[in-house]
Amino acid sequence: MKIALFATCLVDGLFPQVGRATVALLERLGHEVAFPPQQTCCGQMHVNTGYPKQALPLVRNHVDAFTGYEAVVAPSGSCVAAIRHQHAELAAAAGDDELAVRATETARRTYELSEFLVDVLGVTDVGAYFPHRVTYHPTCHSLRLLRVGDRPYRLLQAVRGLELVELPEAESCCGFGGTFALKNADVSAAMLADKMRHVLATGAGTCTAGDSSCLMHIGGGLARLHAGARTLHLAEILAATEEAG
Amino acid sequence: MTFLGMPAGSGHLHGERGFPAAARDALDDVQLRRNLGRATSTIRAKRAAVVGEVDDWAQLRAAGAAIKDDVLAHLDRYLLQLEERVTAHGGTVHWARDADEANRIVLGLVQATGEREVVKVKSMATQEIRLNEALEAAGITAIETDLAELIVQLGHDEPSHILVPAIHRNRSEIREIFRREMPGVDPDLTDEPRALAEAARRHLRAKFLSAQVAISGANFAVAETGTLGVVESEGNGRMCLTLPRTLITVMGIEKVVPTWRDLEVFLQLLPRSSTGERMNPYTSTWTGAVEGQRFHLVLLDNGRTATLADPAGRAALRCIRCSACLNVCPVYERTGGHAYGSVYPGPIGAVLSPQLTGVKENPTLPYASTLCGACYDVCPVAIDIPTMLVHLRGRVTESKGRTPERAVMAAAAWTMRDSGRWTRALRAARLGRWLRRRRALPPPLSAWTAARELPEPPEQTFRDWWGQR
Repeated sequence: MKIALFATCLVDGLFPQVGRATVALLERLGHEVAFPPQQTCCGQMHVNTGYPKQALPLVRNHVDAFTGYEAVVAPSGSCVAAIRHQHAELAAAAGDDELAVRATETARRTYELSEFLVDVLGVTDVGAYFPHRVTYHPTCHSLRLLRVGDRPYRLLQAVRGLELVELPEAESCCGFGGTFALKNADVSAAMLADKMRHVLATGAGTCTAGDSSCLMHIGGGLARLHAGARTLHLAEILAATEEAG
Repeated sequence: MTFLGMPAGSGHLHGERGFPAAARDALDDVQLRRNLGRATSTIRAKRAAVVGEVDDWAQLRAAGAAIKDDVLAHLDRYLLQLEERVTAHGGTVHWARDADEANRIVLGLVQATGEREVVKVKSMATQEIRLNEALEAAGITAIETDLAELIVQLGHDEPSHILVPAIHRNRSEIREIFRREMPGVDPDLTDEPRALAEAARRHLRAKFLSAQVAISGANFAVAETGTLGVVESEGNGRMCLTLPRTLITVMGIEKVVPTWRDLEVFLQLLPRSSTGERMNPYTSTWTGAVEGQRFHLVLLDNGRTATLADPAGRAALRCIRCSACLNVCPVYERTGGHAYGSVYPGPIGAVLSPQLTGVKENPTLPYASTLCGACYDVCPVAIDIPTMLVHLRGRVTESKGRTPERAVMAAAAWTMRDSGRWTRALRAARLGRWLRRRRALPPPLSAWTAARELPEPPEQTFRDWWGQR
């Protein structure tokens, strides 16, 4: 299957290793990956901060970039949720019905990574090797907007050498929330403190999730505390092998 | 979206400070954090258990939403029907445009009785309009008879939760309030819940027996019969509704339901969502004036018609004040209710308060959420609070016009709408690798580096790596 990768702006600019891992993983599973170069950003930050009109050109650009691909995969629950739940609505609200139809069509073919692996490719054992203790944080948008459910857990459980430990109060938000982290920095930090407390209580050296944004927040907090635990995107763990771990 | 002639809401609906500043103080109150953490986690677990045992919860929830949407679509008709039925049963209906008008109406009714003291059933509508303060200014004492409202009142405090207004207090704090403020209380009062409840019971019993006027809110009003209803846990409501000679009920106009049968849905949804009980201990209903009692119904707008005018915001009027969204909200759990500055705190408050007052009066509340979605999942009438928050953020930025934030967002959107510009911007940003290991960035990014490291900028963007491979 020819798969179009939507890297997301954050991965493109700040976490390219997550994009490289996603490519490595999909190619290892025997699929051809394309990177439509016109892609930039899904526009979620603009919408969620209160600037829906500014997001509209980003939606149009996104839909143009991914028209014609059989499947679009993104290593982000939050960006996929924006594509599924915001793009067509934004276009319709702006009176652009043609874009709304195309956005709906693009959204229908767009998958978050764990959804794509389990539902579309039908694999849970991706042949990964990661001999470490890991805990998984279900990010809010993958949990409640995409309902990815136990897919990430099933993928992680199939990784050889990996010891998966349960994160206490896992479904509680980490406090990132996009511009919330800046606009309500103190509440965000308080939520982060609790999330880090739970991560550290597991004794895991690695906290993983399906969103680089939440991981940037959790990982940034752990690094500030020199806590001895790190964050890795789910794609990075699933891409790891005995040869190249 | 507020149109000419639609009254904006006034009263206890916004704070003097914005949410971020008020939240900061709450976050530093260690006792408050512990009280809230314990209380919300207990009630969350109770709710989850009793909701989980209802097989058709999803259908009940859909029915609740559908009934409320029908009410909102035909509010004019149902309200007139309600007025006609209440009047036919000997009650008097009053219409109040806003808080001031409602307070004037109630004050006039109380003054006409010549009484100086009234007992109150816990009521959000009267807290919303600050009725107690309005009565006090006219020399009339209002006595809250719900235990938690009594704690708040005796403590000269503000409610911090819709259902459990004293949720921010623990039992030793309550004992101190009682010992300080409750006349004739046992000085050796312990902090045992049973002892505290008994002290309140003795204090209130005398008030119930002497009061000639009671003021209540209403959980619902049935248009077809003219029946009002109050659900409660303590029996104080039943006392207030039945003993005094004059009963005055203040009710938001959205509380009407079409038929008696609709209560089947809400009497299942409400107790399970609010207190985590299968059935609340007391459900009182009354139709018009009963057995020599004078009954007045004050129908309160206070921004509700303006809220109804916004198709993307009106679903907030479905709310049945259960508080399930407060109890699951990670922001509310850490800040408590006072930080929201409104009698309606938490997620529902963040969408309801700005709509009742107009967003200009409440510009920070729509941002008091990470959009985690936990509130929507538990809402018994399926109010999509996260989507509504995003919509209201759009109204806030529209109302503010040109701001530095708008300029930054516009520049980002201009860069990102074109992949060529985006590619060049990313390359330029890599030159900013000197930022690495900088602990403190200038505002507004200082808010990030105050608690977190910045990610290390990569040697190469993803697209550059892709282009070279």
